[in-house]
Order: sequence, then structure tokens, then C-alpha cells
Amino acid sequence: MNLQQVIDALNLKVYTTSRDFSAIEPSCGYASDLLSCVMAGASKHSIWVTLQAHGNIVAVATLLDLTAVIITENALPDESIIEKANEEGVTLLGTAHSSFYVIGKLWELGLRCKPEAEPI
Amino acid sequence: MPPDSLFQRKTLTQAETENITRVEELAYELKVEEVMTPSPVTVSPQTSMSAVLELFRQNRISGAPVLDSGKLVGLVSIEDLLKCLQKADLESATSRYMSTRLLTVKASDPVIEALKLFVSSHYGRMPVLNNSGNLVGILTKGDITSGILHAIEHDYHEEEVRRYRASHLFEDIESDRSSLILRYNIKQGDFTHGGAASSAIKRALLRLGANPQIARRTGIAVYEAEMNLIIHTTNGGIIRVEIEPNQISITISDDGPGIEDVNLAMRPGYSTATETVRELGFGAGMGLVNLQRCVDSMRLESVYGRGTNLRLKIFLSDKESVGEGS
Repeated sequence: MNLQQVIDALNLKVYTTSRDFSAIEPSCGYASDLLSCVMAGASKHSIWVTLQAHGNIVAVATLLDLTAVIITENALPDESIIEKANEEGVTLLGTAHSSFYVIGKLWELGLRCKPEAEPI
Repeated sequence: MPPDSLFQRKTLTQAETENITRVEELAYELKVEEVMTPSPVTVSPQTSMSAVLELFRQNRISGAPVLDSGKLVGLVSIEDLLKCLQKADLESATSRYMSTRLLTVKASDPVIEALKLFVSSHYGRMPVLNNSGNLVGILTKGDITSGILHAIEHDYHEEEVRRYRASHLFEDIESDRSSLILRYNIKQGDFTHGGAASSAIKRALLRLGANPQIARRTGIAVYEAEMNLIIHTTNGGIIRVEIEPNQISITISDDGPGIEDVNLAMRPGYSTATETVRELGFGAGMGLVNLQRCVDSMRLESVYGRGTNLRLKIFLSDKESVGEGS
């Protein structure tokens, strides 16, 4: 499953500059609003589901090489955060749904962690 | 089928418009003047078609703008030449065969504007005018393709060159022991730049040719330390990273307030973060735990009331060593 299919299936808003999402394959998923937990648990190229929308999500996503961040419950990142995400090449997506709903949908779509997608 | 329907522009779906690739981005970023052929070969309306044929052959071109006392009056192309050849009328003047229904583009327009015109008109080439309406170049679809390819190669090349230069740093400099020291001053409370230093360190390591896994581990460890300086210190602190071919040594120091109980601070889930900071997603009490997991050695010294000093080491095995490329 590629990122474009995720965006279409969940009808996600794309906050950052569009790119060829159909060429991007998420390796796994992770959900938490605590940044240190994400740092510890999210494996490379994962999709991260959170309702945090402040600047540090970009730093976390960059450091972990995450595929995309899905910001839930309509939490809106500032312009400056979107700009920073574009600079770093991080994809920020948004939805009005809750994290629970998004995670359920991702699971239903067949997103699973690939065996090599171990954290660290 | 009415001929027009062949040329109808496809309406893009929402999904397609969002699916903008780097090539499409470049079509918006590049200006016509950056990809056009400047100062093209021109002819006058009086030039004979046989002279045009010779000109095309010599210059290996397939079209030329027609200028009358410096003013653009038409465009003559290989198609016009073919019509002329069919009638065996090569001695006629260019004015008889040239196209006068002209579509022009401005030098300062983004390439995408020209692309739209090419698609809607099916013209093969277009004269390029400057703001005063003078001819400055000619543009074909081929010019756009090679311009974009060139720009992509340039993008790619720049980072390649940076990496290449950086990855040879340790080989190019001779000494008994070479190291590269990076220093970052971190301000207390500066959440806006939180993660900037760790991202920069990670990028530097990648450019130096470090194994991506090592770069990621270092990035995570430094991030936790960086956020600690932002969240918990009195006056911020300093991150110092020393990169050697066989190891990365990181020192994070501040002048207060210091950790009251280091053992307690190391316990997973223990946090002294305020409510405001926790709302931002910090204060999970996992920072030091994460940090320790990412490094090969960690030494935490703190004097309550004086400050904290954290020393980290990440070893690079021969295979993964910095400067070897990867």
C-alpha cells in the first residue's frame, strides 16, 4: 500500500507540498502524543498518528525518517511549521477524525509492520 | 469525432493535482529564459526559402523567427519548407510561407505557462519576448525537457558534491589524529528551534558518509539531550559533537539547575516536566532512557544547583566508519 492510497482512503488533507505519494511505501505505523515514546518506538518510514501539531513533530519526523505524520482531530499546524516541514521534506497530513479512527482505518487498509521495520 | 475534441484539455482530478512531482515543481520554478535558446538564428521576410533551407541545414534547426527591421512578424518552420518544396517554389520569399498567427511567451514567465500553450496550441516552437516586446529567444518542447533534466541533475549533483567533499575530509587531511568538532548553543525555552541542532548533526554525519543507522541513532540521542536543555535548564547549554573516523563523542553541558537524583531521573516514566510542557508531548519520562539505548556509552554527572554534564559515545566499526562513504 502506498501513501497516496492512504490519503485517498482516509480523505486526508495534505498540508505540505504535494509530491509523488504513490511512490512512497510506509513500512509501519506508530501512534502516540508523547514525543519520547515516538522517538523510542517509531521505526523508519512509519506513518505517525498524533494530535500534536507543534513544530517539534517536524524535528521528530525528520530524525526518525518518518514517511508522514497524520495530525488528527483537526489540530492545525502553523504556517511556520508547514514551511519547516517542507524544508525538511516531511509530509504533514490532517483529518477531523480521532487517532483511534485513523489507526483502525490504517489497520483495515492492511498497514502492518514489515519484519525489518524494527526501531533503531 | 470533431477535430476539437482531440485537443480538449483533460480536466485534472483532485488526486492528480495533488500528485505533483519534482518535475512539475520545476515547471513552476524555472523561468522560460532559463531553458530557451537565446539569440536564435533569424531571417527576414525577404529571405528566399532556399536560403532558409540552407540555414536550417547548417544550423541543424527546424524553425526560425522572422524579423522585419527588428520587429517579429512571423515564424518559419520545417513544415513551411515542406509545403514550399512540394510546390517546387524555393525561390519565393519567406513572407509567403511563414506563419503569422503567432503565439509568444515572455522570458520571465514560468515554464508551466509555455507548457500550457504548447499543449493547447500544438505549436512546435514559440518566440520568446522580453518585457519591451523584443525577441530574445526561441523555445521548443525539447528545450523545456532538457532544461528540466538539467535542473534535476543539478539538484542531485549539489548534494552529491557536498557528500563527496565531506566524505573525503578525513582522507584528505593528514594528521596522527583528526577530528571534526561541531558546537551548538541551545537556548532555554526555545521550542521553535527544538530539534534543529540534532537534525543538523544527523545531516552532517550523512554527508560525512556515516552509516544511516548510526546517523539516526545519533540524531535521536542528541534530540533528547537538546530538548532537555530547552525544557529543563536555567540558561540553556552547549552541545559539542566530536567526530573521528572511529567514534562520535558528544558532550552536552549546562550550568543549572542540575539533577537532584540522577538514579530517579534515569527511571523510565519519571519526569519533572511542567504541565505546559507535557501538553506539548514532552515529559514522558523516557528521554534519558531513549538516549542510553541509542549510544554505546553514557556518563551522566550532575551537581544539583551547579549543572549537568552528559557524555555520550557512539563507536563506528571499521565497516561503518565515517569518511569511508557508504
